[in-house]
Amino acid sequence: MKNNTTTLENSSVTTERPFKGYLLPQVNIVETQEGYLLEAEMPGVGKEGLEVALEGNELTIVGHKAQEQSSAELLYRESSQKDYRRTFVLDPTINTSRIQARIENGVLTLTLPKAEEVKPRRIQVTD
Amino acid sequence: MNIKKGNDMRLMRFQRPEVWNWSAFDQLDNLREEINRLFETPNNGFARSEVLNSWAPALDLYEDKNNLVVKAELPGLKKEEIEISFHDRALTIAGERKHEKAYEGSETSRAERFFGRFQRTLALPKAVDANQITASYKDGILTVTLPKSEEAKPRQIEVKTK
Repeated sequence: MKNNTTTLENSSVTTERPFKGYLLPQVNIVETQEGYLLEAEMPGVGKEGLEVALEGNELTIVGHKAQEQSSAELLYRESSQKDYRRTFVLDPTINTSRIQARIENGVLTLTLPKAEEVKPRRIQVTD
Repeated sequence: MNIKKGNDMRLMRFQRPEVWNWSAFDQLDNLREEINRLFETPNNGFARSEVLNSWAPALDLYEDKNNLVVKAELPGLKKEEIEISFHDRALTIAGERKHEKAYEGSETSRAERFFGRFQRTLALPKAVDANQITASYKDGILTVTLPKSEEAKPRQIEVKTK
């Protein structure tokens, strides 16, 4: 396992480092019966600056910050100018053709549904 | 970083939480689990927001001819959740990021985002017109524009010949 990927499974935490020149967005991942929900904080990134790419079972999110043309002089800075990037290794039960992405107020929300056959279901008992 | 003299920043030090040393936390994790079991407290992931108890957004300060501009990284907030106040030359940005109720009952496998109250105060280096302060929120960035008061604006004095 590469150490700059996050495994999206019921596994424990893996070590990871940010990609060179990028910020690692902070994420929350929750698992429901339907699938996974992933939220990534990318302040300054709008819909135009967002890239979500799937390669095999690796999902990469990249957020480019909107560059502002301004003549203002910078007096003090705490934010970073770097773009965001993070890669996740997907649980094989995820139906990759139904992944949805939405960015709102600088938070990317990815919906990663599980394939139908792996969802828990109740089996009817017949007489 | 190039900070101008007289540009005093108060209070809480901003800490960029981008790189957690996960391997170190792994060790702590085991210990924490043991302790949790001891007290039979529910294990709600590594609730960092509760450990550190607060978070602080990153602030940037700009100046142009007519305005001071403060930008704050506040991803995932609603407009109504942001409180901005100005008192005695100091701008305070506060608010609370609430946990999403919708996720209750689901299993958390990662919890890196901070929730809860935040507050930051910035002492402004120049006099501004408190009545003309405006704020906007886009893509998770709050921009507060503070027009400089007349005496703080640069002014050209013309030399008259007699």
